[in-house]
Order: sequence, then structure tokens, then C-alpha cells
Amino acid sequence: MKKIARTMIAATAAWSMLASTAFAAGSVTIKGSDTMVLLGQKWAETYMQKNPDAKIQVTGGGSGTGIAALINGTTDIAESSRPMKGAEVTNAESKQGGKVKEIPVALDALSIYVSTSNPLKEISLPQARKIYTGAITNWKDLGGPDAPITIYSRENNSGTYVFFKEHVLQNDDFDPSAQTLPGTASVVNAVSKDPNGIGYGGIAYAEGIKPLLIKKDDNAPAVEGTLENAQSGKYGLARELYFYQFPGKNPAADTFVAWVLSDDGQKVVGDVGYYPLKK
Amino acid sequence: MESEAAGVLPRVTTETLQRAASNNRRFTRIVERLVEGWVKLSAMAAIVTIFLIFIFVGREALPLLWEHPEPGLEHEVVTWSNLVGPTHYPDRPSRFMWQPVSNVPKYNLVPLIIGTLKTTIIAILFAGPLAILAAILSSEFAPRWAREIIKPTIELLAGIPSVVLGFFALMVLATWVQDLLGLRIRLNALTAGMALGLAVIPIIFTVAEDALTTVPKAYREASFALGANRWETAIKIVVPAALPGIFAGVVLGFGRAVGETMVVLMASGNAATTTWAFTDSVRTMSATIAAELGEVVWGSPHYRVLFLIGVLLFIFTFVVNLCGEIYVLRLKARLEGTRP
Repeated sequence: MKKIARTMIAATAAWSMLASTAFAAGSVTIKGSDTMVLLGQKWAETYMQKNPDAKIQVTGGGSGTGIAALINGTTDIAESSRPMKGAEVTNAESKQGGKVKEIPVALDALSIYVSTSNPLKEISLPQARKIYTGAITNWKDLGGPDAPITIYSRENNSGTYVFFKEHVLQNDDFDPSAQTLPGTASVVNAVSKDPNGIGYGGIAYAEGIKPLLIKKDDNAPAVEGTLENAQSGKYGLARELYFYQFPGKNPAADTFVAWVLSDDGQKVVGDVGYYPLKK
Repeated sequence: MESEAAGVLPRVTTETLQRAASNNRRFTRIVERLVEGWVKLSAMAAIVTIFLIFIFVGREALPLLWEHPEPGLEHEVVTWSNLVGPTHYPDRPSRFMWQPVSNVPKYNLVPLIIGTLKTTIIAILFAGPLAILAAILSSEFAPRWAREIIKPTIELLAGIPSVVLGFFALMVLATWVQDLLGLRIRLNALTAGMALGLAVIPIIFTVAEDALTTVPKAYREASFALGANRWETAIKIVVPAALPGIFAGVVLGFGRAVGETMVVLMASGNAATTTWAFTDSVRTMSATIAAELGEVVWGSPHYRVLFLIGVLLFIFTFVVNLCGEIYVLRLKARLEGTRP
């Protein structure tokens, strides 16, 4: 009996050591922004093809979810489509120890979408603000058909929601009639089915719908969310996408981040539909 | 020798048997007591668990009343006017706002309560008549073989996971309802309420059916003897006698509809509106908790408000279910008491 017990204990110990070394050898967890989940998965796939020992796990849930996971120590890297707030950084550093590092990893041109059947081609940011706060409720006020506007938004754990609220609504409140959907993919799906719908999300998702040209204000030129316009800052809704991590905590994560910032990693960004960082 | 042996042997055997029997009895008694204790413990565990859940939910919510916000977060403080009063704007009419992630968070519960009531009322209006008529058919009119198909089939509906119902509502029901009524908004209170109704039908049906079948046979026989036909007997005698039970079924269904989460999360559009139009999107209390609790900062005012919503839901379903159960008990006592 004793012998068996001892063998079992030894086996368990050996197993746990094995497991922990395997973990240290190359396992990285990434969690956060739904906007970035496609990008993160593509990075992980490409990286794991080149480094068969590495194990990268990517999940979504929203920027808020990723940052909460970083604060609670349940992820190595948090993906976020908005900058981390000061209070969040303090919270994470006091709970986990060490310094949080912000790493911009890609550029996104946030788009405002309408249905392909909508004749509208461009929108100014003040107009978008009026639609989303409920001051404009009919397409004819923008020169479109006489039809009420259905507005689609995101759940409030989304970094895209926070970015849109800050940069388009100028921190004003969304109209209560804005439907909140769980991800950019659902917004695109809803707008593609609704001829009177309007939604917003990352440019990489724009399929089956029409991204509008953006005017920074009513008199500014209409600008398309292209690579040049996003990098030069001409496009009004360009934003950086971030990784947040504690450098030195997990060496495998550090190697992965370095690879993401390399030319190889930045090439993947373009494949997914986002824009690489300006050099 | 032989006679002695013959005399001793039976005596020893009897004693042994008796001892064995008494041992056996003692053993049985111990086992019985153990089993009894185990059953009691299980029952207590269930009660204690519910009690602890209530304490936990309340403990997370109540600090709202006295807790001071962390420095730098003073504007996030939750007051009564914040929870039930409208937000005022310089450039548009005042509104009840649920917008907890904001520079100045708005934690107004009015839209969520209206949303919950709206979907629940639609669910009951949709499921109530269907379930009650099905129960009357099953208990009064259907032949035995039909009854044996109807009853288990409807009760099977209760076994469908609510996420599957929600998925069905999101992909199929929403399109049907929108095309049929020409609605502007695809995901609305009506669609969510109808899908919720599917979850509620088996509850109302089961309780109503039980209430109808427990109406004593003597009632029906007396009615037939006075010349009433089956239809008159069912509508004028049996249904009124079972009315409290049917009502209890509706009340229990109401309790389920209020707390149901997945269906409304997927099919309601989740816009925190305050209109009473059934074709607008709504955000319910349960769906709000499900959508937001995953990412709130622990101990923040937002977190506490979500738990406060949990407390409200708990109290609401508890009171509603309690009323339903009391009605069922009263009905049973009344019907059994009047039995000859």
C-alpha cells in the first residue's frame, strides 16, 4: 500500500514538473479584443508553423475582458483595441507586480457601415454623432431615402464601443434605441440584412456591407480608410491596436511579441485586413 | 448422547438465530438512522445553499449603500436618483439611461425593469392560452392514447436547453416574425417574448393539467347527471374548480420567464429602451447581468449595481414562486377536503 502511495506521489510530482516545464517552454495565452481575435489567431497560426514547440492560445471576449484577465493574472497578453486606463494599469501592477508594457501592434481604420442598398457614400463625424445620440433619426436628413435609421452598437465590454464613444460621440451617450450586439461579426451581419441599418467596427470585417467615407467635420474632404490615410492620420477613425503584458514574466510571450513586431509578424497584419504600423 | 445432542443442537441454533436476528435488527437500525441522517442532510444542504446564495448576492450588492468611492472615482457614485431618475441633457429631452461604461456612468434600472416586464408579459400572453387550452384538451377531451402523446411531448419542451431556444429565435423566429408583421427592427421584445413563451409553456401546462385532473370525478358526474354535455362540464364546472391551480401555473411560468437569460440575451436586441411598444428592442435584467458581469472590475459601483439587479431578480422570482406554490397547496387542500 505504502509503496503504491509513494509511487503515485512520485508520479504526480514528476507529472506536475513535466507540465510546468512544458508550460514554460512555449505556452502563451492571449485574451481580449474581439476586433483583434482574427488577427491574434492568424499570428498564432503562422508563429506555431515556424516554431512547432510553441503553443499560443487566443480567445476573444472583448478588450475589457482581456484587461480584466491581465489584472487577475489569467492571461500572458491582453489584446485591446483601446488604450488601458490609468486606473487599470495601477490595479494590474499592484495585483501582479512588475510593470505593464503597452505595445502597439497594428493599425485599424474603424469603419462606419451601412447596407449595400443604401445610396449614402460618405458621412461626417458630427453626423455620425447625431445619429448615434438620437438627434437624427431619418436617412433623409443625410440626403438618403425617407426611412428611419436603425442603429447597431456593441456591448459595453468592447474596446470598439469605448473608442467610438470617445472619438465619435465625444463621450456623449448612445441613444437608448441602439441595439447592442456581442461582436463586430454580428454587427456586420445585422447591417447586411437591414437596409436602414448603420453600424461600426474594424475595417477587416467589412464584407457584404458598405464602409462609408469619413469626413472629420462637415467641411472636410471625404477620406477612405486606406493604409496611407490611416498611417498619415488623414482618416478620422484610425486607431492603434495594442498588446499589454508584463515583460519578463513569461519568456515565451516576450519572444512571441518580438516576432509580432518583426517584418514577418507585420506581414500577417496586412493579410488579415488591418494595417501594419508605420515605420 | 444422541438425545442430548438432539436436545442441545436446536437450543443453540435458536439462540444463535435470535442473537443473529437482534444483531441484524441493530444493524438495520444503524443503517436506517444513517440513511435518514443522509436524507435530512441533503434536504438541509439544499436549503442552506439557497440561503447562502442569497447572502452572497446581497453582500456584494449592499455596500452600495454606505461605500465611499475610491479617490478619483467620485463621479461614479451610485445614488437613488441615479438608479431610478432620468438623466438630463442640455440638447435633448431627459431620458432613463442604462450606460454603465461611460465618463459619467448611468445606472438607471427603469429601462431594464420595463424590458423584463415587456418580454415576460408577451411570454405569458403567448404561452398562457396555448398551455391552458392544451391542458384542457389533454385532461377533458383527448382519448387516452392521444393524452399519452400530448403530455410527454409538451413536457419534453421543458428539456430543450434555453440556449438552443435562443438560437432558434435569433436565426429563424426573428425572420418569420419580421416578415409576417413587416417590422422595422428584427430583434425585438415580441420575438424574445415568444421564444421565452416556448420555455414557459411546459411549466404552465404541467401545473394546469395536474389541477384539472385532480378535480374530483364526482363534480363531472353530477354535471352530466344534470344534463350538461362534455363541453359545458369542462368549461363551466371543471375549469372554474381548477382555476386556482391554473393561475398557479401561470404564476410559476411568470417566475421562470422573469429569470430566463439566454433566450432574451440572444433574441431581444439588448437596447435599453423605455418605450412600451412591443416591436422595439429591449434589454432585460437577466441579460444585462449575463452580458456585463464577465468584465466588470470587482467591487466597482458597476459590479455592485449588477448584484443589486441580481437581488431584485431573486426577490421577485422568490415572491412570485412562493405565491404560486401557496396557491397550489391551497387548491390541493380544498379539493381533497371536499372529497366525500
